[in-house]
Amino acid sequence: MEQQTEKPTIKTHLAAPSEVNIDALPRKLEVKDLRLSYGKDEALRGINLVIPEKKVTAFIGPSGCGKSTLLRCFNRMNDLVESCTITGEILLDGENIYQPNVDVAELRRQVGMVFQKPNPFPKSIYENVAYGLRLQGVNDRRTLDEVVEQSLRGAALWDEVKDRLHDNAFGLSGGQQQRLVIARAIAIEPEVLLLDEPASALDPISTLKIEELINELKEQYTIVIVTHNMQQAARVSDQTAFLYMGELIEYADTNTLFTTPAKKQTEDYITGRYG
Amino acid sequence: MKQWFRSGTPWIWLTGGAVTISIVMVVGLLSLIAVRGLSHFWPGSVAEVTIFDPRTGETSSVMGEIVRSETITAQMAREGGNPVGEDQDLVTRYLFKQGNRDQFGTDFVWHFDSTMQDVRYPQGVMVIERREWGNFYGFPVALMTDGLVTVTADDPAFAAQLEVALARAIERANAQRVIERRDVGRINTAIERIRLTERGLELQQLPDEELASQRAELRAQREALDAEYDVLRMQMDELQRERRRDSLVMAMTDGREVQLNLSTVIAITQPNDMSLLSKFGHYFAKIWEFLTTEPREANTEGGIFPAIFGTITMVFIMSIMVTPFGILAAIYLREYAKQGPLTRMIRISVYNLAGVPSIVFGVFGLGFFVYYLGGNIDRIFYEAALPSPTFGTPGLFWASLTLALLTLPVVIVSTEEGLARIPSTVRQGSLALGATKSETLWRVVVPLATPGMMTGLILAIARAAGEVAPLMLVGVVKLAPNLPIDGEFPFVHLERKIMHLGFHIFDVGFQSPNVEASRPLVYATALVLVILIVILNLTAISIRNRLREKYRSDSD
Repeated sequence: MEQQTEKPTIKTHLAAPSEVNIDALPRKLEVKDLRLSYGKDEALRGINLVIPEKKVTAFIGPSGCGKSTLLRCFNRMNDLVESCTITGEILLDGENIYQPNVDVAELRRQVGMVFQKPNPFPKSIYENVAYGLRLQGVNDRRTLDEVVEQSLRGAALWDEVKDRLHDNAFGLSGGQQQRLVIARAIAIEPEVLLLDEPASALDPISTLKIEELINELKEQYTIVIVTHNMQQAARVSDQTAFLYMGELIEYADTNTLFTTPAKKQTEDYITGRYG
Repeated sequence: MKQWFRSGTPWIWLTGGAVTISIVMVVGLLSLIAVRGLSHFWPGSVAEVTIFDPRTGETSSVMGEIVRSETITAQMAREGGNPVGEDQDLVTRYLFKQGNRDQFGTDFVWHFDSTMQDVRYPQGVMVIERREWGNFYGFPVALMTDGLVTVTADDPAFAAQLEVALARAIERANAQRVIERRDVGRINTAIERIRLTERGLELQQLPDEELASQRAELRAQREALDAEYDVLRMQMDELQRERRRDSLVMAMTDGREVQLNLSTVIAITQPNDMSLLSKFGHYFAKIWEFLTTEPREANTEGGIFPAIFGTITMVFIMSIMVTPFGILAAIYLREYAKQGPLTRMIRISVYNLAGVPSIVFGVFGLGFFVYYLGGNIDRIFYEAALPSPTFGTPGLFWASLTLALLTLPVVIVSTEEGLARIPSTVRQGSLALGATKSETLWRVVVPLATPGMMTGLILAIARAAGEVAPLMLVGVVKLAPNLPIDGEFPFVHLERKIMHLGFHIFDVGFQSPNVEASRPLVYATALVLVILIVILNLTAISIRNRLREKYRSDSD
């Protein structure tokens, strides 16, 4: 019932008409029969999915359904988990990122990530944003100044912090920290931005700001967002994928998925019957 | 009652009581040390007491500072052969510091309350601090120069003239000391260097004529030095003669007169004539002297400066060595090593290392560092000096290294804890920006872990500064002739033996020939050691807090 009242909002946010054929859009990422297990527990059971360029794709599903795990496959963060084994392919611009000759650091520069909890470094605001560039050996003051300003503007944080760029980043509020982390991610100009429940630790106003930011960022970046909050998925995304127990149950443009879900399970979840 | 138990109040009392007892014990310990140690420097009044011996019916007199008193049973006193009446159960006896060890043979003496007849604090008593034989207590009679009386004590000019003569004697003593320490020391070092060069030439197996020419050159150098030494020798003899010219005639309480050469006198005070204010001045001057001068008379008199200096130097060198080792080891264990059974074994071994008795480290240090490493260093770099060892003997460097080994587990454990506390999200944030593992480690993780590392260092310093047992084996001695850092090239002498406050306490307290004289020094030295450790700790803690502030993270 709650979903009914949300509908008008969804429509105003969705530029694309309903019943979009996702396969027809330019492909940024393509997941082919991806299986992942932690030791003996299979977390992803053969996912096939296409993520179109410069759109916002949302992953929804109950806790433990594998949506965050799937997200972390795109920049190979799962490599850090020792017991993790992966089969299948993920193509970024047609290249399999799980090929052995892939430079993971280079991949992560192309595929940026923002985590659930704001995780600024124990450095100044300026140095947080400049971190990625410094890693690439950029130390020219003027270039750094420029990129820092651009990125902070891009993350809608510039006006709030421009007078205290050299203060410790921990002095910022949670919402500001999260936007700082986004600024840090876009400073190295990735092509894809992965957002892992970026607003779950924030208050409603900060959440709103982040959502507005996502709408702006999709002009330039392909965005994949994991969220618990279905209203948020409905508000910000173009496509939505519903995952359950490590399987992709349904994947469609957001409007279709929330209004006329094809599967019973999806309908049950979005109407709040379980999850 | 049952209700009371149910309420949980007994637990509060139990735990609170434990805290209270701990605090009382610590405060009690510290105040005991402070009171006993600090009261030693107070210029106590000198009492003159007439002693009546009931067995012989004779009276004698004793003069000195009353150090302490104690009450014992009359039975015990009688068994000790002391004249105590049958009607008494308890008797009080007083310990007099009568000084004049060269005259009486013993400078501390007990007298029973019942035998003491009248106690006076006579004006004009002089307490003379001497370079040997301890203090002298007596009344001045006259000042003599070259065996002739120049001024008697009842002359109004006496005090002024004594002061002048004493100042002159002390000045000459200092001049002589400077020559001995600086000039003669320099010549000795130079001669030793020539000897080593000569020995080095022999070892090189040069052709005969070259050897001969070099030897001739060395001999010429040595002769020049010898000549220089002869000049100094004459200067010193002259000073020595001058110093010996003045002497002071003193009367002891038993009426005998004693002639004291002013060259043996360090300071003269008249505590019975001092005002409270000048007593305070004297008190602080004595404390300052204790902290800044060298020990005299088998460490029972004088100061403890070399021990303070040695302790600090050693702790410093230890910190420099233990910190990088411990931190690197901890980073490997926590960040790089595969967390399997082997790593777990290593970690448990490291933790257990912290529990190994320190004397075991001392034995290891002596066997491995001193004899093996030091012996090989001597063979390779100091061959000319053999058979007398340079590094193959206990010294500052080996003491520091042994302590570094001893405190290594503490540093490793704290650093590991510091690393483990850093949230994984921060690491992931760095990795997600395309940083490699080592970039993440050095740019983000290690800076965040610095407070943990500092905690380890603090614990290491606290442990190392108070350690004594292993040091006795690897480099600490009762009396070191030189400080480990001085103006002589190469300025820091890692091979030298050092003095150490902890060992000094042991030595003064238990190895000293004069127990009563050294007892207050034990307390005073202990106080200095405690204060020193507190200062070292506070410094490290304030550095850590500053780092914490700088690398403050959400999890703190």
